[in-house]
Amino acid sequence: MRMTRRALLGQTGAGLGLAALAGLLQDDGFGRDVGVQQGQQGALAPQGPHFPPRAKRVVVLWQGGGPSHVDLFDPKPGLEALRMTELPESVRRRARLSTMTSGQGSYPILPAIRPFQRYGESGMELSTLLPSIGGVADHLCLVRSLHTEAVNHAPGVTLWLTGSQLPGRPSLGAWAVYGLGSLSQDLPAFVVMTSSDQDRTCGQLFYDHYWGAGFLPSKHQGVRLRASGDPILYLADPPGLSRELRRGALDDLAALNQRHLDAFGDPEIATRMAQYELAFQMQASVPDLLDLSRESASTLAMYGPDVQREGSYARNCLMARRLLERGVRFVQLMHSGWDQHRNLMTQLEVQCRDTDQPSAALVADLAQRGLLDDTIVLWGGEFGRTSFVQGDISRLDGHGRDHLGSCFSMWLAGGGFRGGHVHGASDDFAYHPAEGALHVHDLQATLLHQLGFDHKRLTWRHQGRDFRLTDVHGEVARGLLA
Amino acid sequence: MLPLSVVLLSAVQLPPAGLRAPAPPVDFAREVAPLLADRCFACHGPDEAAREAGLRLDRREDALMPAESGRRAVVPGAAADSALVARIEHPSARQRMPPPSSGKELSAAERATLARWIDEGARWSSHWAWTAPEAAAAPEVRDAAWCREPLDRFVLAGLEAAGLAPSPEADPITLVRRATLTLTGLPPTPDEVDRFVADVAREAAARAADGPAGGAARPDAYDRLLERLFASPAYGERAALPWLDAARYADSNGFQQDGDTQQWVWRDWLVQALNDDVPLDRLATLMLAGDLLPAADARAAQEQQVATAFLRLHLLNGEGGSIAEEQRNVIVFDRVDAFATTFLGLTAACAQCHDHKFDPLTQREYYALFDYFNRVPESGRPDTGGAYRLAEPFITVPSNADRVLLAQAEGALDAAEAALTQQLAAPGLLAAEADWAARTLADARRLSLGPWEAAAPIPATSFDGAYATAWEAAKGWAPRPELVDGAVHRLTGEATAFFFRRALQVEPGPGSASEAGVTLHFGSDDGLRVWLDGALVLEDKASRAAAPDQARVSVTLAPGAHTLVVLIANGGGPGGLWFEARVAGLPVQDAAELAGALPSDLPSDLPRDLPNDIAGEAGARSPETAARLRAAFLAAAPPTEVAAALAARDTRRAELEALRATLPRVMVMSDARPRETHVLSRGNYEAPLEAVTAGTPAFLPPQPPDARGDRLGLARWLVSAENPLFARVMVNHAWQLVFGAGLVKTAEDFGAQGAAPSHPELLDTLAVSLRAGGWSAKELHRTLVASATFRQSSRLTGERGARLMALDPENRLLARGARRRLPAMLLRDVALAASGLLVRELGGPPVYPYQPPGIWDGLAITKEREFTYPQSSGAALYRRSLYTFWRRTVAPGNMFDASQRQACKVRASVTSTPLHALTMLNDPTWVEAARALAQAAMHREAGLGAQVEFAFRRVVARGPAPDERDVLTRGFMRAHERFAADAAAAEALLSVGESARDVALDSAAHAALTVVCLTIFNLDEALTCE
Repeated sequence: MRMTRRALLGQTGAGLGLAALAGLLQDDGFGRDVGVQQGQQGALAPQGPHFPPRAKRVVVLWQGGGPSHVDLFDPKPGLEALRMTELPESVRRRARLSTMTSGQGSYPILPAIRPFQRYGESGMELSTLLPSIGGVADHLCLVRSLHTEAVNHAPGVTLWLTGSQLPGRPSLGAWAVYGLGSLSQDLPAFVVMTSSDQDRTCGQLFYDHYWGAGFLPSKHQGVRLRASGDPILYLADPPGLSRELRRGALDDLAALNQRHLDAFGDPEIATRMAQYELAFQMQASVPDLLDLSRESASTLAMYGPDVQREGSYARNCLMARRLLERGVRFVQLMHSGWDQHRNLMTQLEVQCRDTDQPSAALVADLAQRGLLDDTIVLWGGEFGRTSFVQGDISRLDGHGRDHLGSCFSMWLAGGGFRGGHVHGASDDFAYHPAEGALHVHDLQATLLHQLGFDHKRLTWRHQGRDFRLTDVHGEVARGLLA
Repeated sequence: MLPLSVVLLSAVQLPPAGLRAPAPPVDFAREVAPLLADRCFACHGPDEAAREAGLRLDRREDALMPAESGRRAVVPGAAADSALVARIEHPSARQRMPPPSSGKELSAAERATLARWIDEGARWSSHWAWTAPEAAAAPEVRDAAWCREPLDRFVLAGLEAAGLAPSPEADPITLVRRATLTLTGLPPTPDEVDRFVADVAREAAARAADGPAGGAARPDAYDRLLERLFASPAYGERAALPWLDAARYADSNGFQQDGDTQQWVWRDWLVQALNDDVPLDRLATLMLAGDLLPAADARAAQEQQVATAFLRLHLLNGEGGSIAEEQRNVIVFDRVDAFATTFLGLTAACAQCHDHKFDPLTQREYYALFDYFNRVPESGRPDTGGAYRLAEPFITVPSNADRVLLAQAEGALDAAEAALTQQLAAPGLLAAEADWAARTLADARRLSLGPWEAAAPIPATSFDGAYATAWEAAKGWAPRPELVDGAVHRLTGEATAFFFRRALQVEPGPGSASEAGVTLHFGSDDGLRVWLDGALVLEDKASRAAAPDQARVSVTLAPGAHTLVVLIANGGGPGGLWFEARVAGLPVQDAAELAGALPSDLPSDLPRDLPNDIAGEAGARSPETAARLRAAFLAAAPPTEVAAALAARDTRRAELEALRATLPRVMVMSDARPRETHVLSRGNYEAPLEAVTAGTPAFLPPQPPDARGDRLGLARWLVSAENPLFARVMVNHAWQLVFGAGLVKTAEDFGAQGAAPSHPELLDTLAVSLRAGGWSAKELHRTLVASATFRQSSRLTGERGARLMALDPENRLLARGARRRLPAMLLRDVALAASGLLVRELGGPPVYPYQPPGIWDGLAITKEREFTYPQSSGAALYRRSLYTFWRRTVAPGNMFDASQRQACKVRASVTSTPLHALTMLNDPTWVEAARALAQAAMHREAGLGAQVEFAFRRVVARGPAPDERDVLTRGFMRAHERFAADAAAAEALLSVGESARDVALDSAAHAALTVVCLTIFNLDEALTCE
């Protein structure tokens, strides 16, 4: 793996030749491990799929806080007749509640606050609060029978995104890029963006471990693309340092490092030289990524007026498409705003307005560009919400629903998931799965399956054990697949 | 067990087949045990619940027994009769072991090894790490003169067996930089480099003069260098870093709200202990059980408690709905994990849910360990609110500086109290009090309050509407005698106006004193409006819960009847009212009562100087009444001198309180809440099985029969001479610090799934001598760094380099020096030190150096608390990285490859990505350091060449070669041309960072040299300990 001085300078002086550089990196072009990890045969290369993958890319549209499946995805017309009657104790007792309502004296039923309607040729029933998502219903695979043991936000999100309620494991995206490597030379393989409801009523925080590498090499961690300041930390050259000067300084650096490589012979030096070149390239490719001037008016209109606002969920959805088409493997949008304990009546509609159109636009946009076939879109949050009311029903802004882990809904699109399909069903109270129950680990296994991995074999030896995303659980849910 | 060199030897130096001697017998520990553990134990290992076919392969006696099938898996001496061989060789994939679906198939060579081992008698030996280490005799080597420390003979023996020679010694400049970086994490200064180089040259000359006989004179220059490094406080700061990772050290809780903590007191304790070279057995005992050890005095007891914060650095979840008992169990799991990983090199967490699959640790034994850590009086959630969220038990720990300040403040308060006492004893004070009392209490006696009446509540559409309701609207008044003064009364009705009214009667006073002063005090939920005789006297549009004394108004009332009307406007939830009328700060009722305690026949025109006999009457009051009256008097009308003394006392008291509030509170261990510990089914706290009591695993040597059943007993067992793990693990940590990788590469796992030691006899010999030598970490580090092994050059050039890369890419044989990139924490320290910006101050609260804007914006979406990064200024920007505030949920943006500090981690991973390059090229930390380094160079040296040389040496210790200087000089010219033409660009670059710059320097030259210095900081050599 020696890099000759001429090879390197010949490439970099012209600012070209990234493909050649990538060849020097032994693996996926964006970062590499130093040294060989114990027990990791071939740790220097991406693991590669176990079987032909159905999907190449993933975008997670994370809806933090716990969207109310009762109001949005899981119609229970029968609850109207039971309005404000007690949820049967036999139903309630079987599930854990958060301590916010586990001591509540009364559990009156509150049916969905808005009507449902059928959408698309498939006739999928969704809330009228989600007209745009309804518009792409025939692309969606809606799961109404998910469950998780978590009843609080941070453990719930951590379980969904890392496979364990406790922080410390690699995230879903880190596993995916560990397995698949990168399609891009000059963008990170795993990119994260955040947004929140505009009134900041939700209070859900985003922690680094939601996109962390855990015990995998840190190059697999998600890189945040930020709405303000440097879009990627430390991307901008220092003030006063022109691109030409930076280029010249990097050429000096390369010359000196090459000299040192000749004298010391350590291949790590060659790796380092390549990383500095890629850094320079990234400084050019990221601004290009962010430049929306060549997006057509009709595309921008699809995502809605909020797309003009940096850091909005709509803007992040559009950025997600641009990242995916540039070869980023895993895009994770973290949006918060669904934790409506007491403001369901006032905030649910606001949340839907902010997220409905952009979410649907991303699906449609990927579809019209032919990317949806091999891109998985996942929409959902850490759990659902109770069909009983929390708080003071007499106050419009004083009531809502508590967390419910025992049953909730999510939807997927593309990447080989069945469009226009509803999987599973909940009981009469949307409180427990009644058929087709799927645990979070099952859906994780299914996602990895679509990426070409047996979730039991995508492992990393850590502390004497082969860890995997799904811990010791998970079955591929073949019923979701086309 | 054979060392790695033997494996390599056999791979490299196999003689031609015809001449081959009979193969040596199969070595169980090296060749068979890892195969059985990795491929078989998952179903045929120690975990009883997961065991298939009744076959257990980790113990010989079990493996030789017939399994459920009746067949014997292993028949010693007869592979052909052994079911194990039949199954691993089975032609049918469905019958073959391990099952192909497990992905753990055996290769043909591995199958042959197993068969041959059975044919040779199937000898078992216990896992190397479970038996006590024994010192080995230093092996014979050909090149004994190369060796400097006993350890070198072990390394050299391995090299010679592999047909390799060690690398030559690194040049003195490389050596001084390597040793200084390794032991202090800082680069040597050019002076230190020069001194060492001169020292070495002088010694070489002396040796040459003395002839070969005097050649071994000690201590040599290098030993003196090490002595200086070990005496530097920077040693403790450097040596602490791996401990911080093991302790999952952070300055916040790491979950929702992510409250800050003050566990940095433990970090300071750790650095000090390492600098003091506290023996490692004592260090471990303090961390595990300092609170249970006897202490010389209260200070020592407190310090010992602080040490146990190692077990209180877990995450803490204060989320609204979190279930305390669940979180508490998670915390105890974390403690067991941190203990076992850090001190035993054991992966105990596997046994949380089931018997360990690879190591002989049962689930029951796991919970016996759990029991040691399950006695803390904690709830599982933080107990304090606000920015600092701490969980009981915690203690307040003043630093030495704090203690001085505290003593000063306490002394000042004592003095102020004494002065006040003196004032209060002054003659005439009692008379003044009686005078005031008589006048005031007469006023109070003239005032009387009727009972409250309430109007019918008036609903409105909103809080605003309720608040705006006119008092004339109140109708339907009814007496409400139950609304007594001084208590919060609950009101029901949202967006509602509640009206109350009350009669006030003032009797005419004696003489000319006709008016009475009274203060009306209110508490309200939510808004409040008050009318007196129809005139609005108080408005307070608040939204709150009712509490005493939230609003007040003072009025002067003429004799006669008055009417008080009060509106409480409630927004949402329950409403509330609280009321008191006070005269001179005393509630009217109290005042009347006190008045009753005065002689009733006091003349109405009390003389200014009250006669002594009245004072005597006052003496008849109860002490409580007297104290209350005194307090009211001093609050309302103190004489000037007393007021001054009171104010001084209050100021001193407030200062002391303020100081106390700044003292750090440290979460520590305590056994004050013993609980019954149960085995938890699959680790689920809601599914307890049988009860267990504290104990240590049976596969390790037992505790003495009279051992304590608490953490102190556990710690003593850990550091006992019989324990086979602790000393080896400590040696391995030290080896990892010095050589980059441990002798056991899996520092966290000494079990069956971990890596075998590369030099087992060496590991054991060092472990034995660590214990025999009194557990000195400094001596252990010294022997490693002083070794010839450490001093080798790390070059990999030429044919030898190619051969080493092919033969031993990971440098496990140590035929060359370890060359490795520094951790990001030290990269920053190196830049600060080389630039001269570094502030060498030990310890203290965490600091907030440069971070990108919005680094915490992922947290800022809560309104519960402020999450703006409170960037430091001045000296705090330039402290060593270990003092940087570590928010557990969002690590500092420029500390790439750092442990996430969420779980115990004893081995770092190093990666290389473009993001790292961007950090060091663009982070203001490095840009400012480059500017400061350039400035220092321009101050010290005149010519460009000398300036470049100065900067180069400050960073990489050596001077640049002529061609390197040429590259950098050309780089300077290029930049200078640009900056000379664009002064604004130069100014912009030079404006990065807060430190002052010398504006007298030519800015184009300064900026251009800054660019050059930034290039130097980014040299691979600068990032590397080579």
